[in-house]
Amino acid sequence: MDDIQEKRSPRRWTAILPVVIVALLVGAFAKRLMDVEGGQDPQQVQSVLLDTPVPDIDLPPLPDRGAGLTTADLKRDVSLVNVWGSWCVACLSEHPLLMDVAEQNDIPLHGIAWRDEPSASVRWLARNGDPYDLIGQDPVSEAAIAFGVTGAPETFVVDADGIIRYKHIGPITPDAWSNTIAPLVEQLRQ
Amino acid sequence: MKPTGIICGLLFASLLAIAAHAVEPDEMLEDPALEERARVISQDLRCVVCQNETIDESNATLAQDMRRLVRQRILAGDSNEAVLAYMVDRYGDFVLLRPRFTSQTLLLWVGPFLLLVGGAFAAARYIKRPVVTDLSDLSDEELVEVNVLMKETDGSDSQ
Repeated sequence: MDDIQEKRSPRRWTAILPVVIVALLVGAFAKRLMDVEGGQDPQQVQSVLLDTPVPDIDLPPLPDRGAGLTTADLKRDVSLVNVWGSWCVACLSEHPLLMDVAEQNDIPLHGIAWRDEPSASVRWLARNGDPYDLIGQDPVSEAAIAFGVTGAPETFVVDADGIIRYKHIGPITPDAWSNTIAPLVEQLRQ
Repeated sequence: MKPTGIICGLLFASLLAIAAHAVEPDEMLEDPALEERARVISQDLRCVVCQNETIDESNATLAQDMRRLVRQRILAGDSNEAVLAYMVDRYGDFVLLRPRFTSQTLLLWVGPFLLLVGGAFAAARYIKRPVVTDLSDLSDEELVEVNVLMKETDGSDSQ
């Protein structure tokens, strides 16, 4: 028996190979799962438009609401651009936070009413409150595609030169606001 | 027409239905050649909402708007590559269903071939491994046992 053991020994490392492979796979899957838990969803597409100028837009206003939203409006001050729609359930859950933000800060908050009936947008704002400074209508996703939007809500932080500095996908959580977006706005304003 | 002919016809028609696309008649360009180009481009672009469909086959409203934009760019005189580049500028390489060959996608493209070569190498080594024929280490009893076993297999082979 001893002889046999000795003969096999040079190749014994291959015996643990399957275990090593399984361990590596488990590790890789576990990391992915924890990334998703920690908010890094691989389905969310990182914007390639970060640190590039805002696209050229000239969106018409909602009825009875003054001016629409143009590129020039985004080059005056550090501002937030929120893509939303009355059809969007997640936007409704985000809305109270936007109302708070508009009330407690003097950051211009602009809205892009994405693929929405103007009357539906107006009714939605009347019912839930209107936190926006300027709103532009985007009935055929012209601005949405130009901004690389994949779903609503999405929020962009634009600096005073009209450069896109940050994109938040999905509803802004209180955490995301106080830990990421608010500090970034503060920093860009200096 | 015989009933079987009708049934075959219906079956064939149902196959065509599977291949139906999301493009609505009012979206199509009048020039068939340009429309064909739009279809080819649309089949390379990912619907960013549904993610595993092309914009050509997706019913998502954003896909519909992207199809319209593709046709606008074609009418504006863009080449197929220019239209794809237009979308990549806004959505990144992610929007292409056929990933480009770049340093970032190198492993994606080359990986399968590396695995194939590695597997072939391992298989060749396994097949070529030396067969033990040296019986000098065996004790007399073991040799007797080996002989018995060899005879048994010879017997079963000849049956």
